[in-house]
Amino acid sequence: MIAELGQLTLIIAALLALAQFAFPIYGAWRNNQSFMAMGNSTAYGQFVFVSIALGILTYSFLVQDFSLAYVANNSNSDLPIIYRISAVWGAHEGSLLLWVFIITLWTVAVTVVSSRKTSVLPKAFSARVIAILGLVSFGFLLFVIFTSNPFDRILPAPFDGRDLNPLLQDIGLIIHPPMLYLGYVGFAVAFAFAIAALLGGEINREWVRWARPWTLLAWSFLTFGIALGSWWAYYELGWGGWWFWDPVENASFMPWIVGTALLHAQAVTEKRGSFIGWTLLLSISAFSLSLLGAFLVRSGVITSVHAFASDPTRGVFILMYLGVIVGGSLALYALRVPKMISGSGFTWFSRESLILINNLLLTVALFMVLLGTLYPIIADAFGMGKISVGPPYFGSLFIVIMAPLVMLIPLAAYSRWKQDKAGRVLSKLLVPLFISIAVTAMVAWQNDASNLRTLSGVFAGTWVISGTLRYTIERFRKNNRFTLPRSEFAMVLAHIGVGVFVIGVAMVETTSTEKHLAMGSGDSYTIAEYQFTFKGTEHIDGPNFSAERGTFLVTKNGKLISTMYPEKRQYRNNQIMTEAALDPGFTRDLYVSLGDPLDEARQIWAVRIYEKPFIRWIWLGALMMTFAGLIALSDRRYRRKKTHQNEPSAEPSNNTNPLTNGSMP
Amino acid sequence: MTPTRKKRLTVVLLILLGVSVAAAIAMTALQENLLYFLSPSEVAEQQMPTGRQFRLGGLVKEGSVNRATDSLKIRFRVTDGLKEVEIHYDDILPDLFREGQGIIAIGSLDNNRVFQADEVLAKHDEEYMAPEVADALQKAGHPRASKDSTSVAPSEYKP
Repeated sequence: MIAELGQLTLIIAALLALAQFAFPIYGAWRNNQSFMAMGNSTAYGQFVFVSIALGILTYSFLVQDFSLAYVANNSNSDLPIIYRISAVWGAHEGSLLLWVFIITLWTVAVTVVSSRKTSVLPKAFSARVIAILGLVSFGFLLFVIFTSNPFDRILPAPFDGRDLNPLLQDIGLIIHPPMLYLGYVGFAVAFAFAIAALLGGEINREWVRWARPWTLLAWSFLTFGIALGSWWAYYELGWGGWWFWDPVENASFMPWIVGTALLHAQAVTEKRGSFIGWTLLLSISAFSLSLLGAFLVRSGVITSVHAFASDPTRGVFILMYLGVIVGGSLALYALRVPKMISGSGFTWFSRESLILINNLLLTVALFMVLLGTLYPIIADAFGMGKISVGPPYFGSLFIVIMAPLVMLIPLAAYSRWKQDKAGRVLSKLLVPLFISIAVTAMVAWQNDASNLRTLSGVFAGTWVISGTLRYTIERFRKNNRFTLPRSEFAMVLAHIGVGVFVIGVAMVETTSTEKHLAMGSGDSYTIAEYQFTFKGTEHIDGPNFSAERGTFLVTKNGKLISTMYPEKRQYRNNQIMTEAALDPGFTRDLYVSLGDPLDEARQIWAVRIYEKPFIRWIWLGALMMTFAGLIALSDRRYRRKKTHQNEPSAEPSNNTNPLTNGSMP
Repeated sequence: MTPTRKKRLTVVLLILLGVSVAAAIAMTALQENLLYFLSPSEVAEQQMPTGRQFRLGGLVKEGSVNRATDSLKIRFRVTDGLKEVEIHYDDILPDLFREGQGIIAIGSLDNNRVFQADEVLAKHDEEYMAPEVADALQKAGHPRASKDSTSVAPSEYKP
């Protein structure tokens, strides 16, 4: 009975979403205050009803209502409570419901912020934003109700459920999807702001100032979500990689690339008024790529490690939705943009031109990933055979495109708006250049095996970090104190994060030691000075699995470093899982996982032994970027009260010294 | 032409040039990294040249798995019901590899027409079969094709 209630709340939510679109958009058009205000109440209402639906689904998992097909397929009476909760978004239907819930969450946040007394948003503008968000949500609610209902009954109800995919029975997967969706869906807010601006037709730079904190927040969540997914894949999938250029990963990475370009373009638009059309286009693109990601993942058109069931009606629905949203917004863009103002000009070498290069490179990277991801689908559709694109395509091209971007980071931070001299900027960066060369030489000297790829990665990373630090020190000197405005501190932190990330990737990809071998109890093997001794396996039982647990002693120069316990689990639904054992460290991870038993009587197992230098730096860099985004959005200028909205800093500044003229993130 | 226009034209031309170079590089890299998918029947028909990497998919033939006990070496055959291909592999198998299960192997044929696999993939889900494999089985009229291609994966994992 309660499940039918859940279905009913979804239908009510869909009707409210439609109202949330129709009333305020009409109100904004007719300048009717009461119609505009209806956006707020319908948004709150929709949030309440979607929350109830999500609550009911969670309740059904908690009480193990196996008469619901979704619960029966993704839970089991032995499943621990915490995983019963995360199972709510463990598969298609529930994760879509989570998606809708997050849209309504963002909508409520926008509604609350824009209806505060101190809000600088014009009423008509915020009414349009809320209306667009209502339309986005309406589409997804229809999708849930008609093609992916989590409340479908199964008759007769099975005695027990099939259990949640063991891969998902993990802390990483409890938080990874919500974070990722907060990012994906968060770009809907930037999108709604862009569409509202286009609809209103009176674009000015204020629009970017309103949209920017929301973009920063969404981008931070997406960065964190992707990093979590990478970390989870590393320790849970049992083969120790951190990124696979899998189509589903690409689906989350493409909005990130565009989101990053958008943040930089917004900086230019906010400070200088240039790039307004481009910023609008990027806002539309970031969300469109989120939708494309949803299509790729949900329609089953792609083959990937993320094994998905395909249902053609779902694919067709999302494709139509994608067509309406993307087509509609691009058409609106084409109609409106020529009328818009353009900002002040700039010369060949200026902060604007460097950010333009950043945006061009990110756009090229995006098209490269897009091509590699879509090519197999297109080839298949045109009967050119079943094709897949190997990871080297992405890996090698991405490095080629990103290398100049990374090298330009310190230059961009130093250069002035409007016009500058390359010589002036480069002269400031001589010390960082020297430091980078010294560090690279030191790395080359320490590891005689290091190759050109390692060294160029280390050089690039050190260059970004030292160049950014040099800038920070100069700012401290100028200000005579050790603080920076928050947005500037965020820029510094994010760029150092990029450097840390680059070093991590370079070290892991070129200097890891990996060995796959057969080991019997008592055997030893040494990689990178670490001696691994296999002490055999023992049988253990978990709540819903039984396992063989291996014991490995790791010694270095005769000293015990760690005892590692990798497991091979058999879950009650007969699925087999590899639980890798990790010994994490700041400069290296040790990794052991069991393959399959080759000879059970003699306890001979297939074993993976890895030493992965600096792999933690990859996620550390991503975390720094995440926090940088959060810090940037807490900057004072976004909390400015209405009475201050016309203060001079909103005007184009003639002061071209970046050291007194704020910053870019 | 006014200086501003001239400048704009140069910028546009430069961007155009950059984009074309990037596109050319991307297409070349793409061509080099394309992997075709073949079923055992197609391998038999198409005379795939030796040494050329491709993806081979099918079911692991029952009773064909033969492995060493003190090294990772393993030999098995994949079938689509009509034809079979012998696969040699010297690495760790995925957790879901077993007889009768659909797999995809990446590698190339050697001079004896044996498929030397660099990588063997099985799906993370027992019920799931890669669309390519399901397709190939259907074409070959294999009985498992109809059952599996319509079955819904019980638990998928999300991005």
